[in-house]
Amino acid sequence: MQIFANPNYNFIRWRWHAIILSAAVIGSGLFTIYARGGLPLGVDFSGGTVLLLRFDKPTPEEVVRHALGPLSADAQVQTSGRPGDNEILVRLPLRKGLEQGASLEADAKEVEAALRGANVGTFEVRNRDIVGPTIGEDLKRKGIAATLTSLGGILIYIALRFRLSFGIGAIVATFHDVLVTLVFLTWFGYELSLNVIAAILTITGYSVNDTIVVFDRVRENQRLARREPLDQVVNRAVNQTLSRTIITAGTTFLAVVALYLFGGEVLEGMAFTLLVGIVTGTYSTVFIAAAIAIILSRRVGSGGGAVTQAQAKAKAQTKTKRAG
Amino acid sequence: MYANLRWKVLTILVVTALAVWAFYPPRTKVKRGLDLQGGVHMVLRVHTDDALKIETETASEQLREALTAAGVTTTSVRATSLTEFVVEGVPPASDAQLRQIADQQVTGSFDRTAGGGGTYTFRMRPNVENRGRTEAVTQALQTVERRVNEFGVSEPVVAPYGTTGDRIVVELPGVSDVARAKELIGKTARLEIKLVEGVASDEATLLQAQGGKLPGDMEIKPGLASRGDASKVLYLVRRTPVVTGTDLRNAAPTVDEYNQPAVRFSLNSEGAVKFGKATSSNIGRQLAIILDDFVQSAPVIESRIEREGRITGSFTQQEASDLSLVLRSGALPASLSYLEERTVGPSLGADSVRAGVRASLAGLALVTLFMLVYYKLAGINAFVSIVLNLTILLGFMAYLGAVMTLPGIAGFVLTIGMGVDSNVLIFERIREELATNRGTRQAVAAGFNRVFTTIVDTHVSSLIAAAFLFQFGTGPIRGFATTLFFGLLANVFTAVFVSRTLFELILSRKPAGAATLSI
Repeated sequence: MQIFANPNYNFIRWRWHAIILSAAVIGSGLFTIYARGGLPLGVDFSGGTVLLLRFDKPTPEEVVRHALGPLSADAQVQTSGRPGDNEILVRLPLRKGLEQGASLEADAKEVEAALRGANVGTFEVRNRDIVGPTIGEDLKRKGIAATLTSLGGILIYIALRFRLSFGIGAIVATFHDVLVTLVFLTWFGYELSLNVIAAILTITGYSVNDTIVVFDRVRENQRLARREPLDQVVNRAVNQTLSRTIITAGTTFLAVVALYLFGGEVLEGMAFTLLVGIVTGTYSTVFIAAAIAIILSRRVGSGGGAVTQAQAKAKAQTKTKRAG
Repeated sequence: MYANLRWKVLTILVVTALAVWAFYPPRTKVKRGLDLQGGVHMVLRVHTDDALKIETETASEQLREALTAAGVTTTSVRATSLTEFVVEGVPPASDAQLRQIADQQVTGSFDRTAGGGGTYTFRMRPNVENRGRTEAVTQALQTVERRVNEFGVSEPVVAPYGTTGDRIVVELPGVSDVARAKELIGKTARLEIKLVEGVASDEATLLQAQGGKLPGDMEIKPGLASRGDASKVLYLVRRTPVVTGTDLRNAAPTVDEYNQPAVRFSLNSEGAVKFGKATSSNIGRQLAIILDDFVQSAPVIESRIEREGRITGSFTQQEASDLSLVLRSGALPASLSYLEERTVGPSLGADSVRAGVRASLAGLALVTLFMLVYYKLAGINAFVSIVLNLTILLGFMAYLGAVMTLPGIAGFVLTIGMGVDSNVLIFERIREELATNRGTRQAVAAGFNRVFTTIVDTHVSSLIAAAFLFQFGTGPIRGFATTLFFGLLANVFTAVFVSRTLFELILSRKPAGAATLSI
């Protein structure tokens, strides 16, 4: 069985359309993020208290909210898990002045006491996360540092193995994937947690992985056919590896779908991030990484300024000739 | 025939056997993180300021005592900051004497500056301050460790955390009574026994006998009035303790004469000497038993006591045994506060394991099904290398004692997906090579050879990401990074070596010219 018998699509022709589409998605997403006052940070980064409660009978959010009394002004209450789980998630933002002595858990204790006092049936605290402001700031800083340093490390590796323009192409594509993933997380109401950051870093690895396969093929093709213009070489490489790109994305997607469906509530955000990342990672490999690499390669040759299609082709030709 | 095929197969079998041996049975050999077995994870900060404050106060007390003993009069000796204390009103005639006594007592740790008018400022040396802070953290770490060990948790973690130098991470797997664990860990448990100079319900009455002014060698501590009386009173006590927690040899729960829970303690020989001397010369007076700056009880000394003592108060049985535990493990040099606390109930952990296993199996099934449909019999090849990949990964984890976490399971599932990648890359290339009408064997060899550099490139870049993830990560994330890292390493072996050997094994059974492949 084969999906693409002998693919010969002209992906490079669509590069500007792709870039505009990506810019539109990222732009409107960034606007959403800006409008809501920043990324949706989970308790790991913003600090605060999260309680996952399991009741012995179905308990609507409203009942819990009512039982919390004055606490519910700041609290977010939502059902969690599957319908039969009777689980309620209660979140409280960080209160000022905590983190002295044992008072970090004051909010959690108040919530538990309020619910025990109210007539809402018995419940079990399945999970309790309390993050103080110091650790929240710490994790935020570390998260940003880890994302940037891992991108930097990958850039250096690719720049060493390939041309710099290709390295930049791969990194732009990866940045693109990170941004698109963040945008989709915001749109679908997922919060950034440590697990989600881990998933985003995995996406950077996956996306670069995908891009390298194409670039490796470009390098191989260039060795065989030196006279061919760069965009044709790249386009051929994208087509040659198309089956692999689609199948790998497909199988990884299948595995992650299993994680999304069966992995339980704790992993849901992580699995969602991976799902979005795989789709955008594949898209960016085909449409963004190669396009950026070609555009940059040309600019280097022409000394900046706009280059027409024909001129660019000629330039690329002479350049590859010279190189040969 | 292929060369060395026998050896290649043998290598694969040995590696598989080693991996299985390393992780079987997984229930005991693969370490589970807190998120999978339930428990509590806490990050604590040691308030090292406390330790410095105590050190400065102790030094100023020592100097005061030495000065009084030598007959040097002063108007005051008092700590003015964490690391500084001042001696005021030294008569000009005693100047030389003060210098001499100060040199003997505190000059090792404090720098002295003369402010004129008989005033001297003593400031803690920076290296002493730094050492004091580091020691406070180390001591706190050891104390917490002792307490946790006595608490009876299997495989607890107590370790320094982060780069600020004053944080400790504590992980207690399987603990459900988090409140009690926190109480035990965080209690300073500073025991002091001091002579009582007066008891009253308010400060003015208390100081009346002293002429309305707090004498320099005394201090006021709140406490319980007496047995069965919950009201608070104030005690005027001597600053210098008779004995402290460091003089303790042992502590154990007991009951007092009213059959109420209490704590019995015994002193070491040095403490016994001090205690014996103080009790024999103060018969009829009260001794305040002060725990964390609160007077628990103030019994009257009836006779000389040397080794044994008792702390009574309004304790429950549990409180008495917890108090003896923390007294035995020693006082914390500084107070602790909680920066982070994560508790996972055991039922959630068990659910997560079930969900994780189900997700892994479902992922494996879906991917295998797809590979079989798309690559026919070669799909079996992919299946074998993925299963072997996971086997080796588990073996690595168990052998290195790496912790399996919930995100780690996600790493497993992702490894299934990524592991297929290399197979797809190779299979596609073999198909391409077959399309050029080369022989089957050449096509297989060319497929593997051509793709090798690509596989190295992709794996190295992913390993870079995994390494940064590990370095950045806390518990669960590290578990994820670890599985990803070793999954990738195992994959290079299974996708390149194992998969190729399987192809060669199939081809070697067919005649060289007519070999075909189901791919």
